[in-house]
Amino acid sequence: MGRVLPTLQKQHAPLASGAEQRATLATVPLARSFKEALAQSSLYPLRATGVDILQINVGKKCNQTCRHCHVDAGPDRTEMMPRDVMEKCLEVLATTDIPTVDITGGAPELHPDFRELVARSHAIGKHVMDRCNLTILLLPNYSDLPEFFAEHQVEVICSLPHYRAKQTDSQRGEGVFDESIEALHRLNAVGYGKPDSGLVVNLVMNPVGAFLPGNQASLEREWKRELKHRHGIVFNNLYTITNLPISRFLEWLEESDNLEGYMTRLVNAFNPGAAQGVMCRNTLSVGWDGQLYDCDFNQMLELGLAGDGPRSIMDFDIAQIRHREIVVGPHCFACTAGAGSSCGGATVT
Amino acid sequence: MDHYYNAKDLARFSEIGEEAGPLWQKFNAWYTAVFAGGALSEREKALIALGVAHAVQCPYCIDAYTESCLENGADTEQMTEAVHVASAIRGGASLVHGVQMRNKAKQLGM
Ligand code: SF4
Ligand code: SF4
Repeated sequence: MGRVLPTLQKQHAPLASGAEQRATLATVPLARSFKEALAQSSLYPLRATGVDILQINVGKKCNQTCRHCHVDAGPDRTEMMPRDVMEKCLEVLATTDIPTVDITGGAPELHPDFRELVARSHAIGKHVMDRCNLTILLLPNYSDLPEFFAEHQVEVICSLPHYRAKQTDSQRGEGVFDESIEALHRLNAVGYGKPDSGLVVNLVMNPVGAFLPGNQASLEREWKRELKHRHGIVFNNLYTITNLPISRFLEWLEESDNLEGYMTRLVNAFNPGAAQGVMCRNTLSVGWDGQLYDCDFNQMLELGLAGDGPRSIMDFDIAQIRHREIVVGPHCFACTAGAGSSCGGATVT
Repeated sequence: MDHYYNAKDLARFSEIGEEAGPLWQKFNAWYTAVFAGGALSEREKALIALGVAHAVQCPYCIDAYTESCLENGADTEQMTEAVHVASAIRGGASLVHGVQMRNKAKQLGM
């Protein structure tokens, strides 16, 4: 497999469109719909409980083209959050008590104003998280990012699907594992993951295939032991994240004839406890163009906020958003399977 | 029914409890406890189960524990080694009976 592949958009593949992804999911026969599953657990309609996290997707450009990417990100994507939208995000953060800003992409660091977004969010007292693909830290203009992150107390959340090279490279591209290990060394070198440094680096593992992640605590123990033993690397927490059946992962599920089996697996593993803790209930997602969504997955499926409230951050009104009804679909079964899944890992321990 | 094994039957495993509920519940509770992390991790237990599944040649168990091994962070290299361990014990178990054969042959021979 080559290191970088064309995105679905570049290939003009039908699944590049959110509507087409939704139509494909709708063809899969399921024992019950997500709404029915929620209703049978007395959770329908699902409502937000507040906004604790503003997740800002600053653009779809990435230096990688991972095969499971739910964003269809890659070097050929050009979408980038314009200046006025970013200013509005900062204004919303400054004028509300939303404590956390979670910056994602693509590789968010590729946005020319990424550092300004981080620095200004930190300066107004927000907790800043960066979803980092690790390899970006090795590119010439970005190699000082570990120090920059440390200076602004950024919580760095990095993707590493396995502590061995084979699976990591098979999901993320040839050579990605070795570069990720080097990047983790650089984060450790400035104090990330070290006790008492106050600098937090968390790892995210997505299964490399059509299966669910195992027990998060047990995998974390294994990851910690193996990464320390093999590479001398330390980190804080391991988050297990179930792959959502959307975008490139959806394409792979279809191609490999795993779609129906995977969806059945997710539906059978529905856990009401996990449904109660889905991340959309306390997160608001902003697209590169300012459109608002319940989560980054709904964003990629082009499922905007429901109801009469604002559709764009430019018309932000916390009162209309705080307890909004969440827009759900069959893809949501990935968040509620087993121990649950969110940007912060399992939701049931 | 024109064949013995059907992959879909794995999902119907619990039907075996329909006329023996209390036994099924006891089996289930014990089975769940066996596979919880303890002195051995869930990954190690899944790998042992995969090896045993091959030794007893149960296609249901092979499917179930292939998936369980992957979920618990094992990779195909480790899983293949587990199958070799099971096969080596099976092969070795046959071979070691050769001593019995030689003992008997010695007894009967002149
Ligand atoms: S999964 Fe992350 S690193 Fe991989 S292509 Fe998508 S945005 Fe880039
Ligand atoms: S996919 Fe999004 S909307 Fe659906 S349950 Fe998960 S976080 Fe909520």
